[in-house]
Amino acid sequence: MSDPLHALSLKALSQGIVDAKFSSMEVTEHFLNRIETFDPALNSYLTVTKEQAIAQAEQADNTIRSGQPHSPLAGIPYALKDLYCTQGIRTTAASKILDNFISPYDATVQSKLRHSGAVLLGKNNMDEFAMGSSNENSAYGNVANPWDHARVPGGSSGGGAACVAAGLAPFSLGSDTGGSIRQPASFTGITGIKPTYGRISRYGMIAFASSLDQCGPMTRSAEDAALVLQSLAGFDEKDSTSAQVDVPDYSADLDKPLDGLKIGLPKEFFADGLDQAVAASIDAAIAQYKKLGATIKEVHLPHSHLAVASYYVVASAECSTNLSRFDGVRYGHRCEDPKDLLDLYERSRWEGFGDEVKRRIMVGTYALSAGYYDAYYRKAQKIRRLIKQDFIDVFKQVDVIMGPAAPNTAFKLGEMIDDQVSMYLADLYTIPVSLAGLPGMSIPIQQANGMPVGLQIIGNYFEEARLLNVAHQYQLNTDDHLQTPKQYQ
Amino acid sequence: MAWEVVIGLEIHTQLATQSKIFSTAPTAYGAEPNTQASLVDLAMPGVLPVLNEKVMELATKFGLAIGAEIGTTSVFDRKNYFYPDSPKAYQITQMDFPIVIGGQIDIDLEDGSTKRINVTRAHLEEDAGKSLHGEFTGQTGIDLNRAGTPLIEIVSEPEMRSAKEAVAYMRKMHALVRYIGISDGNMQEGSFRCDANVSIRPFGQEELGTRAEIKNLNSFKFIEQAINYEVERQAYILESGGRVIQETRLYDPDKGETRSMRSKEEANDYRYFPDPDLLPVVISQAFVDNIAKNMPELPDQKKQRFIDELGLSALDAGILTSNRELSEYFEQVANISKQTKLAANWVTGNLSAKLNKENIEIAAAPVTAEMLATVIQRISDKTISGKIAKDVFEAMWNGEGSCDEVIEKKGLKQITDDSAIETMIDNVIANNPNQLAQYQAGKQQLLGFFVGQVMKASRGKANPAQVNQLLRTKLQG
Repeated sequence: MSDPLHALSLKALSQGIVDAKFSSMEVTEHFLNRIETFDPALNSYLTVTKEQAIAQAEQADNTIRSGQPHSPLAGIPYALKDLYCTQGIRTTAASKILDNFISPYDATVQSKLRHSGAVLLGKNNMDEFAMGSSNENSAYGNVANPWDHARVPGGSSGGGAACVAAGLAPFSLGSDTGGSIRQPASFTGITGIKPTYGRISRYGMIAFASSLDQCGPMTRSAEDAALVLQSLAGFDEKDSTSAQVDVPDYSADLDKPLDGLKIGLPKEFFADGLDQAVAASIDAAIAQYKKLGATIKEVHLPHSHLAVASYYVVASAECSTNLSRFDGVRYGHRCEDPKDLLDLYERSRWEGFGDEVKRRIMVGTYALSAGYYDAYYRKAQKIRRLIKQDFIDVFKQVDVIMGPAAPNTAFKLGEMIDDQVSMYLADLYTIPVSLAGLPGMSIPIQQANGMPVGLQIIGNYFEEARLLNVAHQYQLNTDDHLQTPKQYQ
Repeated sequence: MAWEVVIGLEIHTQLATQSKIFSTAPTAYGAEPNTQASLVDLAMPGVLPVLNEKVMELATKFGLAIGAEIGTTSVFDRKNYFYPDSPKAYQITQMDFPIVIGGQIDIDLEDGSTKRINVTRAHLEEDAGKSLHGEFTGQTGIDLNRAGTPLIEIVSEPEMRSAKEAVAYMRKMHALVRYIGISDGNMQEGSFRCDANVSIRPFGQEELGTRAEIKNLNSFKFIEQAINYEVERQAYILESGGRVIQETRLYDPDKGETRSMRSKEEANDYRYFPDPDLLPVVISQAFVDNIAKNMPELPDQKKQRFIDELGLSALDAGILTSNRELSEYFEQVANISKQTKLAANWVTGNLSAKLNKENIEIAAAPVTAEMLATVIQRISDKTISGKIAKDVFEAMWNGEGSCDEVIEKKGLKQITDDSAIETMIDNVIANNPNQLAQYQAGKQQLLGFFVGQVMKASRGKANPAQVNQLLRTKLQG
């Protein structure tokens, strides 16, 4: 019995379409059908672009059949986190304030995928404006974890993670500000990579925290991630913070053996608070890497305990002004019958934003206020430099850093909802990497407590190719990444 | 009581770029509302600003022109406030690391002395859009064409001591930015406007008085009126035992008064912080050197050259270098005609009077520099007299042709033929026997009468010097 279409790698899908084993249309319809069947229970999509998808699939089939040169992603369906602007398609950032917003333009990443001939299936649910770690902050309802519907998929790219884990899209683009790709990848057992800050253009990605936000692929393997990253990476003249650094061939080094690889394990990532079962999974994964020829060294990130506090100052400060443009004047939600300008602003924003977004806007506004700036924002930026320096020092000793992506496996829906601070603190392993702007990824390893566990692999600046190689070698030698929740097989 | 007036100005100058400071939308003035607003200007979700490199060049040029330090690392900050014509709800500006630091210009005072005014800083920022009140009943329209227009805000030290000094400073800056070509300086279109910080204090007191900031003054006349009004207002308050409050005020030119906009207590906390969408701009020495190398001659340098090399008076040189186009026009006239003095007289005299009267820019003058140079040449080669030249100039201004064409058409060529002049003299003498007798009896001042009569007979065309000389001989008999 051959594998179902949703179990195939991107390479196999592409090859199958080229060899006419199946068409892009068949693949697309297969995923659309699965969405129809499974998504009512998962709620991983906010918008399904069925008609456009069918039209794009037809076009991709024509291109490929006519023998024209095409991208390896041509004809392959995908989903986008709903903070990527998509021309003519509703783009909400999972917020009521953008409930009626149809974007007049494409984000650079969407434009690249469109040109590659990939087929957009729809837009994924997420935490409102990417603020959250459980997807419970969406204005359009929770997303269920495909492994256990009573549990969260993580966040903020929870919809994308759930949809890839359940086989409702071959891949999705998430975004990661403090862990929003890596943590949900960990919770749902998929592969997620947050590239170096600036590696992928942010143009058209609705901003949460500009100095931290980064787009990244959520896939079922490192090999798939390499293909997707290849089509996204590169300088964009529309984003001044995108890096003018050459883009290597991300697939070229995948098969390189890991003999002599130096892995650093930060002492701070294995301290109190890490779930014992998760720790055991990490240990097993490290043992596997030793078998593959790697050497292990304990390293130190002495400022990492300051990361979460510093992050919530910086990210909230930036979001407080990034979200000011949602004022009910030009687009988005506007309150009924405003009595004056102030009323228009206050009610439109009060009605449009959810609680967590309001909380962060208030925190950020406070942190930037006259008299508090030095104590909060400036100090947070200082800590950020110290954290960055910690990593620079460690990368003089090792090639990659490994540790857990999250201290726990996926928690129950509603379990943490009244304790946002605990939820903030759970991002302690991903946030330092974000503050430093380094690339990090999460790959599924041996499960714990019957739920997926992610191993976080952190690389030096612009060393995504090495991360993908390290991840791929693990996946070549194990089948952890092939585990699928039973009902979605 | 006599008060010392203390004034500092913040001049907002629009930089002469084709496109906006952070978007590719054009900056042209006067388009239909919202037709020059891109996705970035509209602050669509997800869009990002990208710095227009040209503004760094123009700002650097300005900095060098006032002898300032150029900030090698220039940082853009967000100034946060909600207003409908500010689509992002923050303005991108420069706070701690502006591009221009320090610098100074010298202004000419009425008593003929000069005074140095120091510039604190000049920073780059984007302009806001425009709210259109009154055009929609019960609603306000927003036009974002202007949003994102590049501005350089030039902040002076509080070193001006009268409205007149403030105007002199403003005029000097206005001339300078146009001179070096960083702005068109069009005040009607808002390309050059200022906020004036005004306070008063008893003479001899070191501490500054509480200031009021008068916003958005866009004419030299209004600046002077607004400051004078404000000084009187503050003096009245203090002299009646009151206290000036720190506030923002608006000048109403119709009523000739300033009125309160908002007080310091109501002022926004702008929550400035570095814009994470824009990286700090590092300016290399090579970039600065290249701009310095291509810097046009500055007004003060040119004025000195006109005095030293062309022998002009300080007054003439000052007037001629008060704007770049005028100075270039003059230099062209002088170069072609080789008559520096005459050229200066014509440009500061007839030409300037005409421009003032018709209220047009020199670029629009119907008499070009080449045309005026020909007039001067015809004066010096004695084809026409200075007096006739004025008629020729007038005719040329009215589009009646070139200098030579006008002279030809109107038969204005000067009569320099001795015998023709003698014939006219003979007629005049024959027709005025009484005057001749008086002259010969010793009433020498009648020479003027005879010159006038001969000139009249020649319809102004006889060479006055020849007429003079020949008359003397004839009258002596």
